[in-house]
Amino acid sequence: MPTATTALPSFDDVIARFDPVMGMEVHVELGTVTKMFCGCSTEFGAEPNTQVCPTCLGLPGSLPVVNRTAVESAMRIGLALNCHIAEYCRFARKNYFYPDMPKNFQISQYDEPIAFDGWTEVTVDTDDGPRVVPIGIERAHMEEDTGKSLHVGGSTGRIHGASHSLLDYNRAGIPLIEIVTKPIEVEAALAPAVARAYVTELRELVRALGVSEARMELGQMRCDANVSLRPRGTTTFGTRSETKNVNSLRSVERAVTYEIRRHAAVLDAGEPVVQETRHWHEDTGETTAGRTKEEAEDYRYFPEPDLVPLAPSREWVEELRGTLPEPPAARRARLQGEWGFTDLEMRDVVNAGAMGLVEETVTAGSDPAGAKKWWLGEIARTANERGAELDQVGITPQQVARVQELIGAGTLNDKLARQVVEGVLAGEGSPDEVIEARGLAVVSDDAALGAAVDDAIAAMPDAAEKVRGGNMGPVGALIGSVMKATQGQADAQRVRELILQRLGE
Amino acid sequence: MTARDLSRHTAGELAAAVASGEVSAVEVTQAHLDRIGAVDGGVHAYLHVDADAALAAAADVDARRAAGAELGPLAGVPLALKDVITTSDMPTTAGSRILEGWRPPYDATIVQRLRDAGVIILGKTNMDEFAMGSSTENSAFGPTHNPWDLSRIPGGSGGGSAAALASFQAPLAIGTDTGGSIRQPAAVTGTVGVKPTYGGVSRYGLIACASSLDQAGPCARTVQDAALLHEVIAGHDALDSTSIDRPVPDVAGAARQGAEGDLSGLRVGVVSELGGEGYQAGVEARFHETVELLGKLGADVVEVSCPHFSYGLAAYYLILPSEVSSNLARFDAMRYGLRVGDDGTRSAEDVMNATRGTGFGAEAKRRIILGTYALSSGYYDAYYGQAQKVRTLISRDFAAAFEQVDVLVSPTTPTTAFPLGERVDDPLAMYKNDLCTIPSNLAGNASASFPCGLADEDGLPVGLHVMAPVMADERVYRVGAAVEQAYVTQWGGYLLDQAPEVEERQ
Amino acid sequence: MSSISRDEVAHLARLARLELEPDELDHLAGQLDQIIGAVGQVSQVAADDIPPTSHALPITNVFRDDVRRPCLSSEAALSGAPEAEEGRFRVPQILGEEQ
Repeated sequence: MPTATTALPSFDDVIARFDPVMGMEVHVELGTVTKMFCGCSTEFGAEPNTQVCPTCLGLPGSLPVVNRTAVESAMRIGLALNCHIAEYCRFARKNYFYPDMPKNFQISQYDEPIAFDGWTEVTVDTDDGPRVVPIGIERAHMEEDTGKSLHVGGSTGRIHGASHSLLDYNRAGIPLIEIVTKPIEVEAALAPAVARAYVTELRELVRALGVSEARMELGQMRCDANVSLRPRGTTTFGTRSETKNVNSLRSVERAVTYEIRRHAAVLDAGEPVVQETRHWHEDTGETTAGRTKEEAEDYRYFPEPDLVPLAPSREWVEELRGTLPEPPAARRARLQGEWGFTDLEMRDVVNAGAMGLVEETVTAGSDPAGAKKWWLGEIARTANERGAELDQVGITPQQVARVQELIGAGTLNDKLARQVVEGVLAGEGSPDEVIEARGLAVVSDDAALGAAVDDAIAAMPDAAEKVRGGNMGPVGALIGSVMKATQGQADAQRVRELILQRLGE
Repeated sequence: MTARDLSRHTAGELAAAVASGEVSAVEVTQAHLDRIGAVDGGVHAYLHVDADAALAAAADVDARRAAGAELGPLAGVPLALKDVITTSDMPTTAGSRILEGWRPPYDATIVQRLRDAGVIILGKTNMDEFAMGSSTENSAFGPTHNPWDLSRIPGGSGGGSAAALASFQAPLAIGTDTGGSIRQPAAVTGTVGVKPTYGGVSRYGLIACASSLDQAGPCARTVQDAALLHEVIAGHDALDSTSIDRPVPDVAGAARQGAEGDLSGLRVGVVSELGGEGYQAGVEARFHETVELLGKLGADVVEVSCPHFSYGLAAYYLILPSEVSSNLARFDAMRYGLRVGDDGTRSAEDVMNATRGTGFGAEAKRRIILGTYALSSGYYDAYYGQAQKVRTLISRDFAAAFEQVDVLVSPTTPTTAFPLGERVDDPLAMYKNDLCTIPSNLAGNASASFPCGLADEDGLPVGLHVMAPVMADERVYRVGAAVEQAYVTQWGGYLLDQAPEVEERQ
Repeated sequence: MSSISRDEVAHLARLARLELEPDELDHLAGQLDQIIGAVGQVSQVAADDIPPTSHALPITNVFRDDVRRPCLSSEAALSGAPEAEEGRFRVPQILGEEQ
């Protein structure tokens, strides 16, 4: 089986011959104050094994009790995804042994999810303009997270080669909502973008609901991507692979692309695709084989006897429905109208995952175009270089708005503003601190500028003569000379006025 | 009162004597510690006795009394706690090698309530490993012996608690009942054991055998003592999702009412399916006499059929192992308990396998494998799924029966105490001990066993099994107290007064 | 109804992480076959239209408010650990992958 990217057919070649079917399974860690089944804190970053109790440690004799807020969050996610909310459902035990799971079973839901049969839609860019793609939602169910293991003694902290492992159960029992799509059938060329757009959409949605910050780099949102391929013109589903550990928006797109190409290579070689889990490696951009279907555990699900069934009343469901925020599509349409963006501009903002950030920046006082320029320009470039999300790159919407404010007030020009943003992104502090530390404010003081203007006129007598004669063409060159001499800090408007003063009247 | 006298009193009498200042809680406790020292070498009811902690707790009760504090109805009374209930100050092993020496970092809700009530916990009692068995022979730490005949089983899984009562090593004990583990030991030791309605007593801190069947309850030598203990441990607990959020039935009041000896208007159903073939003659004789007695006390006795009870045993031995296989998965050598084979080269998985292979006894292994089988894909519907349907049918049988009668009765167990070793390697024969008691675990209703005489052929105790609807626990106490009162009058004392003196052996 | 082979018991023991000696396996296989024969009689009950019971009592919707309760100290949490290191449970090398 081909393993190196070089051995795989190109994406363009593959999409000309095959159709993919995708399925996405996304785990969202809820931002509840306490865990799913006990009163331990969920706060991130505590000392190991300090946010544990008999229940989340799985001590003999301990029992779970359901967190009401977690159930409400699950129902709200379900409602926002246009799901039905079960009138009666039970938790189930998923039995398998693994040291990071204290009870050696996970309390989850099996054939009775709290929410099922819904839909959402995403917008992707095509050659014919933006296209809305509907995504069916199979189910959303509740479960608990596992602890974390630290592998010691190996060279890289990885599981292989480690001599032993150290376990911290602070994360064990944190509520998770698993959201599973129905099979997504979309033309091959769009598949990776649809996968990414879906995860982006889901992230926006849970953030808008206020149920999770969904920070993928912290593992608050984790994605498994199922991919299968079938030759164009055939109808039976191909054998699927399930790629795990796809934990950034960019990775979603890359992993789906990679798997589509890998499946094609296997099929081209006349070999059967193996039903297996695959592991995505961010660094190499490849997936490697995990467990095959034959090796898969028999989870021996059965109803959790320690928890009573849930039977949410319809009044409760309707009450929760009343708390839903504006649906993403409606919100997009509204904001596009408010901001006066074209379809194309709006699509760029959405695809960059920047809509919420632009909105916050505008709320903080910026003009929409200015906000968009920064988030899709300088900041997006930095995020891309660092492989980080836009909101984790080190600048806040309020800071961007402040930069825009300073431009508006003439304190910064474009060039200086870029330097300020660069400084903030480099961790040098707030915009004002960067300006202070780097001495970046625009010079508009006539005394300071006057000398530079005189120097420029003296250095460029021909240009000065032409301007005196009424030819305005060379003014730009003179201004440029002054800007150069002041290292870009001069107020260009004032410089122009001073040049015209000296050469005109 | 001499020390020997103190160990012979009922819990109610002891509490009254402590409250009045006639004796101190420390004296009462010391008398029981002495008794344990004298006889437990032969009985082996206890796995762990904490004299210091018991005496300290007793001294605290005495101090509170001296300070004029209001004491509860069982303050200063010693108790034997089944070793399946977590205690922060004593080891908790559930009778298993895999938990040997484990000291839980928390108290069970029951333990919290006992401490709050001033009950003195003497120590932890022996049991079949993880409460799986009917003889305590499945304990990793050696069997308990029946005080009536030390060569015989004391019942199980709570044989230690029952034997402690029957040998006067404690006036009160806590048991847990998944298929009869309170009631069957009570029957074969001539003591009282009550399985409250499922959800009546918190399971928080009760090491699970089968979560949907497990229920802790009171064990005592008299019905009134059991009722007083019931009221201390019962009631809603927010830490147990299956705990019933309703007032505790007035069981002490019902016991007092029953002791007046009038059961007029009470409708009693004899379950036709629980008797006949396989039942020892002496057991049937005592049972039928007791049914007659109920009639004499004014009850209307009828025969009632519960056709699906015959399938109870089969359903139970599918549901229980399924839950067991999952509940016992956590014993994996990673976070607590035994760890075997960690030589620095073996993987976590290997160490888990080796530890579980070494740490679990034969019965635990049988049930883990059986449960793993019953839940595995392809078999689930035929076994676990079908057993759950039978469970529904058994609940419906109860519901139909309780339309006609107020309580149901049967023998508690088909035979009297059998010799140690007789059924150790014959699981099916062992399982049949629980024939009569299992239906109440499947349906979750209250039931209890009360002494009703000695079998003619072996002179060993027989138990009357009384079953009442969910949350009608008071009915079993009313019937039990009436029967007890009548027999005490007839025999000139409690059944246990007829027990041979246990040989003192340390 | 059905019977169970020695190989099947060995497979179940692997699923249940239970190391069994060969003679133990032989003995258990025989007993389990017998037990399964006995418990298999549940299939004789006509129950197609009967709902299964997973919980003894029909209680639903028991919740806890999303309010913190005290946790164990790290010392208490690790007090039963066969081995601990740096505030964590120390366990042998983990093979295999997460689920």
